[in-house]
Amino acid sequence: MISSLRLRAAIVSVALLAGFLLLWHLGTQGTAPTANLDPEYARLMGATAVEGKSAFPGPAEVLGKFWWHLSHAFYDNGPNDKGLGIQLIFSLARVLGGFGLAVAVALPLGFLIGMSPLMHRALDPFFQVLKPISPLAWMPLALYTIKDSATSAIFVIFICSLWPMLLNTAFGVAAVRKEWLNVARTLEVGPFRKAFRVILPAAAPTILTGMRISIGIAWLVIVAAEMLVGGTGIGYFVWNEWNNLSITNVINAILVIGLVGMVLDLILARLVKLVTYPE
Amino acid sequence: MTGHPFISIEDLAKVYGDTPVFEHLHFAIDKGEFVCLIGHSGCGKTTILNALAGLEEASEGAILMGGREISGPSLDRAVIFQSHALMPWMTVLDNVGFAVKSRWPDWSGAKRRAHALKFIDLVGLAGAADKKPAQLSGGMRQRVGIARALSIEPKMLLMDEPFSALDALTRGTLQDEVLRICHETEQTVFMITHDVDEAILLADKIILMTNGPHAVIAEIVVNTMPRNRSRTDLHRHPHYYRIRNHLIEFLVDRSKQFDRANADFDPRHPRLTTPGLDGPESDVTASSPLRNNHGAA
Repeated sequence: MISSLRLRAAIVSVALLAGFLLLWHLGTQGTAPTANLDPEYARLMGATAVEGKSAFPGPAEVLGKFWWHLSHAFYDNGPNDKGLGIQLIFSLARVLGGFGLAVAVALPLGFLIGMSPLMHRALDPFFQVLKPISPLAWMPLALYTIKDSATSAIFVIFICSLWPMLLNTAFGVAAVRKEWLNVARTLEVGPFRKAFRVILPAAAPTILTGMRISIGIAWLVIVAAEMLVGGTGIGYFVWNEWNNLSITNVINAILVIGLVGMVLDLILARLVKLVTYPE
Repeated sequence: MTGHPFISIEDLAKVYGDTPVFEHLHFAIDKGEFVCLIGHSGCGKTTILNALAGLEEASEGAILMGGREISGPSLDRAVIFQSHALMPWMTVLDNVGFAVKSRWPDWSGAKRRAHALKFIDLVGLAGAADKKPAQLSGGMRQRVGIARALSIEPKMLLMDEPFSALDALTRGTLQDEVLRICHETEQTVFMITHDVDEAILLADKIILMTNGPHAVIAEIVVNTMPRNRSRTDLHRHPHYYRIRNHLIEFLVDRSKQFDRANADFDPRHPRLTTPGLDGPESDVTASSPLRNNHGAA
């Protein structure tokens, strides 16, 4: 029954995709050539006006370009003309850098907050104020103090990945079952062994769920951050292609951003599953 | 009795807010003795056990072990928790091995493993060492809890209603095994239970608590049945129904209406009674001549 449900869902998915592509294709057919334009005016107006070509690329054009990007992923023709693969590597490096820093801060701090009701109460008002701030709002401050656009982007990723991880770690640590802690106490387990053998594995599913949320947000934010700081990265690529008026490339970049985000989420989901224990 | 009793509880009380849950508790446990505590919910049974374990502090009084006051938990006193409290991310072997490593951190991995496996075997789980707790039945999980507690070779075993979450058949089998293991290892045990039959089967002495708040020890019933009793022939012994009726009558009536103003009541020396020795028509509340004479055997 499950496999048949899966099969039926897959058929519906494919049908929806086919329908969407068909509508897209029909919607970008264009009109008949406009008659009797002055040749000089026609040259100014371009193919859209003269041949009635749609201003928006059709699916065939986009997929063709996508294939081209796949086969030319790592070319480098100078600052504003790099392959999508190179741009993705820049973006991923920033995301992983900021995310890694956030892990390094959120885990120990989350442990502290989770173990100490005093620190939890004392720090809570700060979190309540800091959490809803859009990470991009930090950008001017980061640029002003760090004075380096690449590092500022990493800082923005750090800030946006910090909160979900921190709060989930604190919650996971605070919610470790009392009986497991009591077992550790009656066995006279030392604080480090208790932290690594009891609390960490007990809270790991919650902590990694926080990381999964964080990496999702980081991937959302990096696009916007790179549009602001410019230079490299998939976000900059989108903005640059918009300035080039290459809608085909913009759509390609959107597709790639979605696919990479999905892969990141799948990796973290896999890790969550690895540390989840059935009770 | 020479020197200190093995465990001695002196004037223990626990106060929540202004109301003492229990107060003026005095009792002693000798080495190798199996003591059960019976009382209704709310008389602070688990608090007493947690105080013995060192997990909770009493408001007043002291617990002495070998003449020295207990402060905090210790590997000398192993606890078998009501909810087994196994770490679900560890296998059976790792759960027991975790305890073994806590007790003997310097042992080699192979020695720890062999020691843990010995106790897993003792509770009859030899084939399940590499399973996770979620793959085991409730009874098997509690066996792992027992193996973990025994594996550190504690001086004393504390059990908080260890069988209450199990079905009747499993409970019976486990009671038999606990009885066998405790006799084989001459383990000193303090156990909390709701179950009168369980107490009669396992305990040498049964402490009866009145209802809380202001719970006190009403009396201590000495189990006069032979120590080699078993679950299947328990009810054939002439003492069985006398003790059982005495306990049930206490739980139903006297636990509520216990008269502490009675001149006979001395919290420092709770009355020892031997209902099993009383004739069928004699007064079950009659005082026993065995006061201060520890040990049922």
